[in-house]
Amino acid sequence: MSTQNILEKHAPERHNILMILHDLQDHHPQNYLTEEALEATARYLKLTKASVYGVAGYYTMFSLKPRGRHIIRVCVSAVCELKKSESVIAHLESTLGIKTGQTTPCGLFTLELSECIGQCHEAPSMMIGQAVYNNLDAERIREVIESIRNQG
Amino acid sequence: MIKETRIVLKNIGKINPESIDDYIAAGGYKGLRKALSMDPLSIIDEMTEAGLRGRGGAGFSTGMKKKFTSQGCLECPQRYVVVNADEGEPGTFKDRVIMEQDPHLYIEGTIIAGYSIQATKGFIYIRAEYYASIDKTRKAIKAAYEKGFLGSNILGSGFDFDLEIKLGAGSYLCGEELTMLESLEGKRGNPRIKPPFPAEKGVFGMPTLVNNVETLANVPHIVLNGKDWYRQFGTERSPGTKVFTISGQVRLPGHYEIGLGVTLRQLIDDLAGGMLPGKTFKAALLGGAAGTFVDASMLDEKMTYDNLREKGATLGSGAVIVLAEGDSVYDVLLNCLRFFRHESCGKCVPCRVGTSLLVRETENLKNVAAGKALLDRMVRESEIMAATSLCPLGQSPILPLESAARYFESELVSG
Ligand SMILES: Cc1cc2nc3c(=O)[nH]c(=O)nc-3n(C[C@H](O)[C@H](O)[C@H](O)COP(=O)(O)O)c2cc1C
Ligand code: SF4
Ligand code: FES
Repeated sequence: MSTQNILEKHAPERHNILMILHDLQDHHPQNYLTEEALEATARYLKLTKASVYGVAGYYTMFSLKPRGRHIIRVCVSAVCELKKSESVIAHLESTLGIKTGQTTPCGLFTLELSECIGQCHEAPSMMIGQAVYNNLDAERIREVIESIRNQG
Repeated sequence: MIKETRIVLKNIGKINPESIDDYIAAGGYKGLRKALSMDPLSIIDEMTEAGLRGRGGAGFSTGMKKKFTSQGCLECPQRYVVVNADEGEPGTFKDRVIMEQDPHLYIEGTIIAGYSIQATKGFIYIRAEYYASIDKTRKAIKAAYEKGFLGSNILGSGFDFDLEIKLGAGSYLCGEELTMLESLEGKRGNPRIKPPFPAEKGVFGMPTLVNNVETLANVPHIVLNGKDWYRQFGTERSPGTKVFTISGQVRLPGHYEIGLGVTLRQLIDDLAGGMLPGKTFKAALLGGAAGTFVDASMLDEKMTYDNLREKGATLGSGAVIVLAEGDSVYDVLLNCLRFFRHESCGKCVPCRVGTSLLVRETENLKNVAAGKALLDRMVRESEIMAATSLCPLGQSPILPLESAARYFESELVSG
């Protein structure tokens, strides 16, 4: 879908800006907001570029840099930490061969951290894209990553 | 041995959340039908007398809030309802359960709330990470329009009400009601200064009722069954039930609904199956990061808004994070303080500087000889932050910090 088509799904009103930015980011294969997308948003909403960048830069779910096709978000809030989110991160880093914040060279995964994602009863937890994975251990992490790798 | 009393969780696991017919067959939308035949003011009075208090954390009277909003800015052309579905307090997942498994319940409550304050439009602000909640809510709204529960002239009553989903984008602070209004208007999540309160000047400058998902999920039941029925649950000053989310070192972590006034011991032993085998209770963090630690001396205190406040604790969102002997209160406290550093918007100095300072000082606690003096200083700094910060986020670090210092001082300062 073109940037213009995505924009036009939403009424050109400022209060739709977060919905628009989510939509643009979700449609980009590299999960980020390009300069072109932000500028088009500014024109569409009749806002300055600065204020669109200001909004995009404020919210942690938006990225202004290219990322992988799948965003991994490991919860590091209190309950998950209690249940060893540290070793979840360590397993992911070694399985993927990257550090937190980086993207795999193949462009498939970006590893990020997140605050509580409301799965505390089955901690430790993470999300990959829209899917939630709970009760993580080394085995489960390998399984999940492998199955996504196989799908490409 | 106590058991759950399910009011807002009544349908959980029993109906298909994607079927409005299931919800209706279970008695759904009867509360709305009844409400539409009532005088809006009498609905507000019913809420006030039922004693329902906000389940988002602050515990403010829902009826009073509705009353203020219905009387706010009478010359304004429009009133709004904003549903706070931004659930981000660590340890809390009650709203997610309602949204994913019984979305029509809180939608029905929202429409009734809209009618009671004569609003014509509602926004549901859902955190964007809650994909399943968003999906279920979206489908439920569509079905409610098709059945005539939303839109114009609802059920032939002449009342019009529209409902729209808005997404957050990963900011905990946007769960704070005034910040949420900024975010809803398409701005950065910087808090507004109070007053004016949302009841007077809310989203787009119009009187706005902001309520939590669980609060609204109680509304249809109260309208349908009345205040006396509602008051049979809970205590005199904290009536009704609360959904607690219990996590950590218990056998059956999860969501449990029970009358307010339950004790922590009952929550852990009777509902959550007791401690994990081989574990002994050490502490609980009540209410999440913006909550308070308690130790075993608090196990038999009644969990009500007022009793916990008198004892220097909070009920907050209903999160109960259970720690066992061997777990580190220090680590959990540091985690909470890092959380605040991460979520501070940086707009005002006491919070921007204070949240960073507290993390650094906590990291240092174990290296310095005069740990006790440093800990005392940190508590004083958090008091200054609470007194001088612009919004409630800067007023929050004192909660886990002071309570951890009160109960676990020796652990915090002794490395
Ligand atoms: C930093 C911060 C975060 C908050 N997050 C939430 C939240 O995620 N959900 C919520 O319902 N209330 C949250 N609140 C409380 C809201 O400001 C407000 O009290 C609540 O939406 C009122 O609804 P109620 O009266 O139904 O509880 C938060 C408050 C603060 C200070
Ligand atoms: S108290 Fe913290 S979060 Fe609130 S306005 Fe100040 S810097 Fe921002
Ligand atoms: S603390 Fe990790 S999901 Fe809640």
